[in-house]
Amino acid sequence: MNGEVPASEQGPGGSGRVRAARGDRTARGQKGATGAQADATSELAGAMSGGRATLLGPDVVVCVGPGGVGKTTTAAALALRGAKDGRRACVVTIDPARRLADALGTRHVGNEPHRVGPPAGARGWPGELWAVMLDAQSTFDHLVGRYATNEAQADAILANPVYRNISAALSGTQEYMAVEKLYELQESGRWDLIVVDTPPARHALDFMEAPRHLIRLLDNRVFRLLMAPTRAGLRAIEFGTHVLLRTVAKVAGGQVVADTVEFFAEFEGMEDGFRARAKRADELLHSGRTEFALVCSPRRDTVDEALFLAGQLAGEGFEVDKVIVNRCYPLYQPVSPGVAEGLAESPLAPFVVNLEQLALVASKEKEQLDRVTGALPKASVYRVPFLAREVADLEALAEVARYLDEG
Amino acid sequence: MEPLSFFSQARVLIVTGKGGTGKTTVSGVMANLAATAGLRVVVVQVATASDRLQPETANLSRLFGSDRALAYDEMALRVGQADGEVRARALRPDTALVEYLHLHGLRRISRRLVNTGALDVVATAVPGMPDMLVLGKVKQMERAAAAGLARAPELILLDAPAAGHAVRFLQSPHGLLEAASGGPVRAQAEEVVEMLSDPARCQVVLVTTPEETPVSETVETAQLLEDRAGTKLCAVVVNGRLPVLPLPGGLGVDDLRRLAAGAGVTLGAGDAASLSAAGRLRLLRQEAQAAQVARLAEELPLPQLELPFCFSADLGPEQLEALTGALRKAVASWEPVELP
Ligand SMILES: Nc1ncnc2c1ncn2[C@@H]1O[C@H](COP(=O)(O)OP(=O)(O)OP(=O)(O)O)[C@@H](O)[C@H]1O
Ligand SMILES: Nc1ncnc2c1ncn2[C@@H]1O[C@H](COP(=O)(O)OP(=O)(O)OP(=O)(O)O)[C@@H](O)[C@H]1O
Ligand SMILES: [Mg+2]
Ligand SMILES: [Mg+2]
Repeated sequence: MNGEVPASEQGPGGSGRVRAARGDRTARGQKGATGAQADATSELAGAMSGGRATLLGPDVVVCVGPGGVGKTTTAAALALRGAKDGRRACVVTIDPARRLADALGTRHVGNEPHRVGPPAGARGWPGELWAVMLDAQSTFDHLVGRYATNEAQADAILANPVYRNISAALSGTQEYMAVEKLYELQESGRWDLIVVDTPPARHALDFMEAPRHLIRLLDNRVFRLLMAPTRAGLRAIEFGTHVLLRTVAKVAGGQVVADTVEFFAEFEGMEDGFRARAKRADELLHSGRTEFALVCSPRRDTVDEALFLAGQLAGEGFEVDKVIVNRCYPLYQPVSPGVAEGLAESPLAPFVVNLEQLALVASKEKEQLDRVTGALPKASVYRVPFLAREVADLEALAEVARYLDEG
Repeated sequence: MEPLSFFSQARVLIVTGKGGTGKTTVSGVMANLAATAGLRVVVVQVATASDRLQPETANLSRLFGSDRALAYDEMALRVGQADGEVRARALRPDTALVEYLHLHGLRRISRRLVNTGALDVVATAVPGMPDMLVLGKVKQMERAAAAGLARAPELILLDAPAAGHAVRFLQSPHGLLEAASGGPVRAQAEEVVEMLSDPARCQVVLVTTPEETPVSETVETAQLLEDRAGTKLCAVVVNGRLPVLPLPGGLGVDDLRRLAAGAGVTLGAGDAASLSAAGRLRLLRQEAQAAQVARLAEELPLPQLELPFCFSADLGPEQLEALTGALRKAVASWEPVELP
């Protein structure tokens, strides 16, 4: 674990929030120029929890929202916009559609950020765009390697079936690893802006609580109690007398209990590392540098869900800073009175019908959009139209990004 | 095919597809059509283990003009008509686990299991278990249906988790057969696998929108479901297809004004711009959708059932009626395809 950093060794912090300095290229340029030293400084900063040190870190945007509304797309677009603004931006994507992954070049690279260049022949951008496709499993494995006291411990855990289940399928693991990845990226000091995509959520706190989730599991009283007296040579049979475990064994089989007990035993000594890191990640989410972008579509049910998420976030002290209403039908101007009737029998009739249909859905969508603005008066609301084609290349992403411009 | 024959193919239809493509809507529409054919239908909405905290949503009820969120107990959505009925309920993995413990004489300890968090640990250690227990509950309903019990449903529509989860969800009993060495859970898993692999008892309906990514994922899911869960695929519903308007392409603003003038109407610049821009968007979308429908037909040899896009942002009874009519038409020309 990283030790405490004496105050005198902290970087030049305290001069206002980074967010206030957004677009301050000089400061960021200098940071890039001094290279290794600057990185080291922010690494220390990252290791510090809260306080002035965090002022050195990157801005973070977390995109949350219901399923299928465009979280991954808008996360990538926000990062691209950052790069266009001259920032060193990185997006962490989760399960991107294959063609988007191809466009970002992340499909066949591992769990590490990968620099995305402009398409051949296209104009570049002053900043940098990086992308990483989250691999929850290897992120978790990496973390185990990091906090294990020795290789044997790491190997034993990695091979334990319960660990495999936790890392592959535990509810919230993907969220937890997204937070972990975010923490790792910001710690490296290589980016000014990190945009994090999240798995579809009906419950925003899945993400916020992710770092605490595993800790809670590790803190499970039953297993703590069980382990205390007998550290070594744990066998399910030895606990056969214990009512709870016997019940569990009855339901799920004795092997499961044996594996679980073994998992807890092997984890012994590692919780502190995990706990401390989870705490710092949690603080990062709560720091003023982290902004929440709520993504939804202009439909009654997704707006309901999005507002529900916003309420939950607010309950945890998080404010929604941006609302991105995605896939909106364009608001066309209706035709002048008399035109529709006049054209009803003409070859242009289908054009009139079409305009009426699209205008109808657009007006219904407008009502939903108004609900969002009404419920979240402090957030900036962005309206992104339903593009005629899938957002699966950098050009289309740039088009989405244009609708996300400030102002 | 008549709706009655269509819905008599299997007692359980599992409706799945990529998130947000219309699983819930399609479940409601299918239930409604089956009810008009005289069947007693129950829609079962499933939460996956990973969204056990999800707030209950009223999306399905709203189609039927109600605002109530689904709960464990059955709720009437369409009753008292001369023909069939639609009811709905929600099943959650945690409830299924507790109910299972109760049924197996572990009522007293189940509370302690929950309170101490030991249940969480079990669900973590055997992640497929809560999902499998939900399927076990569905199987129990299916058995009641098969036995023709008085108040039992005749058709069960499972509004299943989104595609990625669905594979895991339907695979859960297979996984448990490998993991659990014995005991009641294993027995339960065996029975669920039996149901999933019997096409007279259970089939899958895939839902997609005619868009590139959903279509690609549907094709993948179809393959995974067949390989890993061994469940028969019945049909793929292409939801949200824009009704095709005969819009000639390549007409600019000036062309529109000229054509309008021919019909004795003077189009202002704003009128022409609106008509032209909206027409261009519609045409592009229509063409893109047609291309995806064709690709789906090519890559997935399953009969397609098409449902139109409703020009609305909030689907209710009016849209339910329209979609039910469309499904009736689609089913009428439906023919099963024997997969090689
Ligand atoms: N403004 C837009 N216009 C047209 N298509 C869009 C737009 N935004 C997103 N899409 C398309 O919608 C689909 C879903 O988008 P995306 O994958 O970003 O959603 P998501 O919220 O991340 O989904 P999930 O919850 O499944 O992770 C993609 O195929 C994407 O290309
Ligand atoms: N044919 C249609 N025409 C217009 N809108 C539709 C149509 N079908 C579904 N929708 C709308 O699309 C959205 C998604 O539909 P629905 O909730 O049925 O999808 P789902 O697959 O169940 O989503 P989830 O994965 O979130 O459970 C809803 O807003 C619904 O009202
Ligand atoms: Mg996504
Ligand atoms: Mg649904």
